[in-house]
Amino acid sequence: MKRLHFMMRNIAALMGYRGPALALIFLTIVVLLAIFADVLGFDPFKQDIIHALEGPSAKHWFGTDELGRDMLARVIHGARTSLVTAGGAVTIAAVIGVPLGLIAGFFGGWRDGVIMRVIDVMMALPGILFAMALIAVLGRGQIAALVAVGISGVPTFARIVRAQVLTLRKRDYVTAVESFGGSSTYNMFNTVLPNSWPPILVQIVVLSSVAILLEASLAFLGIGVPPPQPSWGEMLRAGKSFLHDSPTYAIVPGVVLTLTILSFDTLGRGLQTVLENPRRSSAKPTTEGAAS
Amino acid sequence: MKQAILSVTNLEVTFPGSPNRVPVVRGVSFEIMEDEVLCIVGESGSGKSVTALAIAGLLPPTAKISGSIKLHGKELIGASAEEMRRIRGREIGFIFQDPSTTLNPVLKVGEQLTEAQVFHGLLPKGDAPARAIELLKEVEISGPAIRAEQYPHQFSGGMRQRAVIGMAMAGKPSIILADEPTTALDVTVQAQVLELLSRRQRETRAPIILITHDLGVVAETAHRVAVMYGGRIVETGTVDEIFAHPHHPYTAALLQSIPRHDLGDRRLEPIPGHPVTPTSLPKGCSFAPRCARRQGREQCLISEPPLEASSTGGTAACFFAGELPAERLSGVPRRVAATAAEGAAVKPLLEVTDLKVHFPIKRGLLQRSNSAVRAVDGVSFKLYPGETVSLVGESGCGKSTTARSIMGLQKVTEGTVRLDGQLLSNMSTAGLRKARRHMQYVFQDPFSSLNPIKPIEDIVAEPLRIHKLYDEFGGDKYIAELFELVGLSRDMFGRFPAEFSGGQKQRIGIARALSLKPKLLILDEPVAALDVSIQAQILNLLEDLQKELSLSYLFIAHNLSVVRHISDRVAVMYLGRIVEQASRDDLYERPQHPYTQSLLSAAPVPDPVRGRKRKRIVVKGEIPDPENPPPGCTFSPRCLRATDICRGVQPELTPTGFSGTAACYHPGPMELTAAPHAAQTELTP
Repeated sequence: MKRLHFMMRNIAALMGYRGPALALIFLTIVVLLAIFADVLGFDPFKQDIIHALEGPSAKHWFGTDELGRDMLARVIHGARTSLVTAGGAVTIAAVIGVPLGLIAGFFGGWRDGVIMRVIDVMMALPGILFAMALIAVLGRGQIAALVAVGISGVPTFARIVRAQVLTLRKRDYVTAVESFGGSSTYNMFNTVLPNSWPPILVQIVVLSSVAILLEASLAFLGIGVPPPQPSWGEMLRAGKSFLHDSPTYAIVPGVVLTLTILSFDTLGRGLQTVLENPRRSSAKPTTEGAAS
Repeated sequence: MKQAILSVTNLEVTFPGSPNRVPVVRGVSFEIMEDEVLCIVGESGSGKSVTALAIAGLLPPTAKISGSIKLHGKELIGASAEEMRRIRGREIGFIFQDPSTTLNPVLKVGEQLTEAQVFHGLLPKGDAPARAIELLKEVEISGPAIRAEQYPHQFSGGMRQRAVIGMAMAGKPSIILADEPTTALDVTVQAQVLELLSRRQRETRAPIILITHDLGVVAETAHRVAVMYGGRIVETGTVDEIFAHPHHPYTAALLQSIPRHDLGDRRLEPIPGHPVTPTSLPKGCSFAPRCARRQGREQCLISEPPLEASSTGGTAACFFAGELPAERLSGVPRRVAATAAEGAAVKPLLEVTDLKVHFPIKRGLLQRSNSAVRAVDGVSFKLYPGETVSLVGESGCGKSTTARSIMGLQKVTEGTVRLDGQLLSNMSTAGLRKARRHMQYVFQDPFSSLNPIKPIEDIVAEPLRIHKLYDEFGGDKYIAELFELVGLSRDMFGRFPAEFSGGQKQRIGIARALSLKPKLLILDEPVAALDVSIQAQILNLLEDLQKELSLSYLFIAHNLSVVRHISDRVAVMYLGRIVEQASRDDLYERPQHPYTQSLLSAAPVPDPVRGRKRKRIVVKGEIPDPENPPPGCTFSPRCLRATDICRGVQPELTPTGFSGTAACYHPGPMELTAAPHAAQTELTP
């Protein structure tokens, strides 16, 4: 209940900024379309060779591809691929990265040393290279792309959480829990972690955009999600051969991809502003005791 | 009649806010003459700092200023930025609160001192170094030629503030504004800096406006006083009049509510409620809701009383300014715990023996620790059930580290801690967790000691939940009882820490500490972060709780007045050691160790008449580097009684002949300290 209240308040605060508000609206539309694509009757596989490579029309708003499939349906289903990959990747990155950062930051010492050196090694590998290597092992498929992108996102999570924990660790309210007998595990998960949400949340949004881009890049290189499953990167790859005949083929998925990534980034930045000044809109704390 | 150097008329400052602009300063008028020290005193949110910043033209552009500020008859409001910069450079010297952030860390101190003058063309660049040395000499910094070439980090806190004073006075300004210039400093250093400030004032005859919340500082430095509350001046007068016959009920109440180290003990009379903030000004007189003199009279709630001349030559903004308080400072002594005497038949609740906490310093490639900061170096004391023992000392003396290591928050290097006869030092983690139930910690800063994302009832209940005692102790109902016990109400359930004022937060912190029904509370500077009028509330609460729940307190503080008020026994710490411990009254009335004596005489007394009569020792120098303490008695370099033996071997705590012990080769009353060794020290009558 309280969580919900917090969330609503933050969303309300976000809507006060123009950029993040537009981004949020755009992303909501994309997500809703991706979820309800089947219900709305978008079929990305129905071929209609006679009307192949047509420009936008009343029947096909975004035109058709070389097999006469409706581009609008394919873009919407492509959003599904992108979002699922992003969601899965971010989940993997957060589930592994957050506890690593938490342990490293909270305990320090040798645990910190070991974890952070491993993270450093992971940071040294370029994400796309690592993904390609992983796909080479696991074979081409959505799961492989998802795992690859997820693992390459682990280091940033671990580092961000560690930095946050290091500052929180010194706070009196963390020491207080220790003083009345709370164990380290209790302190870590009940005191430090809940207070670390703001940067984690921002990172989730930011990493989503990175994941979408990485997924599209893999597909563009032809090692992403296998056809016929629609993917924006795949569409860009196929569409570039028909740039002269049907420019919308490549442009539409490109624009949608750009807008999505841009929206995630804008949202992330907006979220950061909102979460850093949590009580701008609500009851003002009294200033007594603070330096006057 | 002297000409006013600065006259402020009807100054108003508002800041943006929603829905309306927030009035922070509301119609402030005052004048300051040549050779005068005006203290503006008030609590946080009273608008005192904003007034000073407005005069210096240092407010952010979002602030709207109206009224008039005239310096030498010249209007400052509406002056161009260029003009203001010129005036700040030549006419106004500003001394900020925190000397560690006022100086530019990458610029040599000497260069900084003369930077402004060179910039404004008042000083040829070639003469700057010589002038810098001269300035440092004027603010009594030893070795000025070397010091001028150093960077701020090589200066100690007190020296930095001296340098800042030198900088402010470098351009021979017409007026000096000092905003809480000694709040960040230790009490012995504060005394040095205040003395320097008033000496330089006498020499230059430049008027000073000194902003402070400390009535002791006011009494020691001011000629005239202006008391601010809720953005207005509510009373002005000469310093003697203000302290002897306060006309405004706020001033009177403030004087009643502060603990004093120079008086026999008494129950404090706190001002109810908490200070108004600019966003929550009541209608009518802003002090009316907390006022004891109003007694239900309607007039105070309807209109704001104007600032009118009072019977003693000052001014006061109260409809009933004539009704002087009948009662003066009462002297009802607080009981001293019966078990105060050592060696009583009762077993000590807490026994600390030879506690040492050293922090190794790792250096070099191999990270070898070849030296250590001896934060706590052999501290022993006993605390009996039901009594309050205070550890008092200046920053860096190890008092907080001692408290934290007793609590188990800090690894102990050597020594033992026994609670109720149980040895804590080598207990298992689980055993320690259980034992900790009987002692709890109250933190200094109520703003950072409460988890900001938990509702307050969960914060108070957290210790119970951790020990799985929530239901056993009575759940919700018990929490509500705790709330009532500390003067909060059940209606506050569900709200978050940020919605409360500092005093309320500290009450929440105390409720949390009490939730496990501990026997011992370790109070680490529990009132240091609070406003003066709130301190009394919390101190009284602590006293009541002690009586009601028969608690024992280990009280950590730097403020001697607060310590005198609350303690049964007091231990004075210096550089990681206890240098003197005694029963409260013996320590304050018959201090034997020279450090205790200098501490007591450095602490300002909020009574100008008494203060002037006081014999004062102002010790030179500052606390030495704890990594590299002086040989022998660590206080010897600053001590006026030090002899060769002091510089050779560290003295042990030996009985003083009164109730306590002191670690000194030459203990004795202060009067006997005259002349022969006075080279190190000044005696000012």
